[in-house]
Amino acid sequence: MNFWATPVGWSLMTVGGVMAVTVGVLVSLAFLLLADRKIWAGVQMRKGPNVVGPFGLMQSFADFLKFVLKEPIIPAGADKIVFIIAPLITYILAFGSWAVIPFAPGWVVSNINVGILYLLGVSSLGVYGVIMGGWASNSKYPFLGALRSAAQMVSYEVSIGLIILTVILLAGSMNLSTIVEHQAGGFWNWNMLGGGGWKNWPLIVVMFPMMVIFFISALAETNRPPFDLSEAESELVAGFQVEYSSTPYLLFMIGEYANIVLMCAMLSVLFMGGWTSPIPLPFLHLPFWLSEVVSFFWMAVKMGFWFFMFAMVKAIVPRYRYDQLMRLGWKVFLPTSLVCVVAVSAWRVFVVGS
Amino acid sequence: MAFAQRVAQAVKGAALMDFVGAFGLAMKYMVRPKATIYYPFEKGPLSPRFRGEHALRRYPNGEERCIACKLCEAICPAWAITIEAEPRADGSRRTTRYDIDMVKCIYCGLCQEACPVDAIVEGPNYEFTVETREELLYDKAKLLDNGDRWEREIAKNLELDAAYR
Repeated sequence: MNFWATPVGWSLMTVGGVMAVTVGVLVSLAFLLLADRKIWAGVQMRKGPNVVGPFGLMQSFADFLKFVLKEPIIPAGADKIVFIIAPLITYILAFGSWAVIPFAPGWVVSNINVGILYLLGVSSLGVYGVIMGGWASNSKYPFLGALRSAAQMVSYEVSIGLIILTVILLAGSMNLSTIVEHQAGGFWNWNMLGGGGWKNWPLIVVMFPMMVIFFISALAETNRPPFDLSEAESELVAGFQVEYSSTPYLLFMIGEYANIVLMCAMLSVLFMGGWTSPIPLPFLHLPFWLSEVVSFFWMAVKMGFWFFMFAMVKAIVPRYRYDQLMRLGWKVFLPTSLVCVVAVSAWRVFVVGS
Repeated sequence: MAFAQRVAQAVKGAALMDFVGAFGLAMKYMVRPKATIYYPFEKGPLSPRFRGEHALRRYPNGEERCIACKLCEAICPAWAITIEAEPRADGSRRTTRYDIDMVKCIYCGLCQEACPVDAIVEGPNYEFTVETREELLYDKAKLLDNGDRWEREIAKNLELDAAYR
């Protein structure tokens, strides 16, 4: 009997996969954080961090050391247990979501059938870390920041859910690997362009705006500028993180960036064909392991593209006012995505036939 | 706003025209030469009028310029300067105490304007951070020492600025 099929082997395999994903995401986060700062600096004609290591590549590790070695301060009036648990929740949930993201054919920790549902559930829970952090700090500005943040994340979750619904309608599955395979065979099959070859191209009118709205909602969902109202530097200093220092703050920060990169991965998987190559290369006849690596490469490139967009938006778009943010979420994105869900359903039923 | 205008604005917003324009601009700026200078190794240009750390100057023969007229003490808006004076053994009037509280000082340059003999000046030095507050309470010896150390730069700056006074 194959060792990897026994319970022990399976457990070892899963733990190995979890370790690989966690460490891989953490290490790439370190460099993505630097890339974020470098892009931001570049737009402002600065050089960005460039002292620690060649081109400042070790900057994030230096920051990490700095955070870990500092003293964690817990305010006198704070609820100690909740205060400590809050960053842990944010961090664990941010990494838990990565379990269902497929990086290459079969490269997924848990290939569950309701992957998207799992993602939605876990990212909804992410609000708790913020709320608990803001409440347990027992201070005005963290509380205000947490309230703002909670309202914002809940509002945009709605439109994200509806947008994902259109993708599910196109692919006919909630399994992320199946969604990617549905888009295989070239960029004309991507969900962004209708998902299903030239005969579905009229859907570009619906699906391309859906991708853009998903991107904007993802910005709001992860509290990135221009929707960083929960930590608005000019009004709330750092929002729900005001009282946090040292490692708890670091956990919040890592969780936030893990969520951002997760959103990049979701954008790639749902709209840009995940690991599939934009132009099919069947004539290459790559060995199996190399084709896997190439798949991973395409996934990384697409995620990198979306992360670049995240960083650019941070650099060029001014912050929204709170009422504008709510108006955009409830009065623009929600109706638009609702209409689009109806349109895609109608297309599936009346034009393509199911 | 007229209806047509509102529709036009909504369409422009929905097409993300502002974002596309800003993205292009940002990409243009990204490839421009950087404005960064490597500060401790490389410094930005300074005006001859720059008002930095204070210094008490001397005449070329080594005699201190300050005649204890106390005009700087009187004009100082932050009350940072304290002067005590007595006639010296040779009959000339000189300060026995000349303190500047660099924490109170607002670097307005009025002491330099008020001085009839160009004794108290604000030099080009802006890197005089210290580790304790007490070290920022400058006394006469410290100020005279600054004057000796920065005399060349101060003299040059005064000369460059003289045409505009």
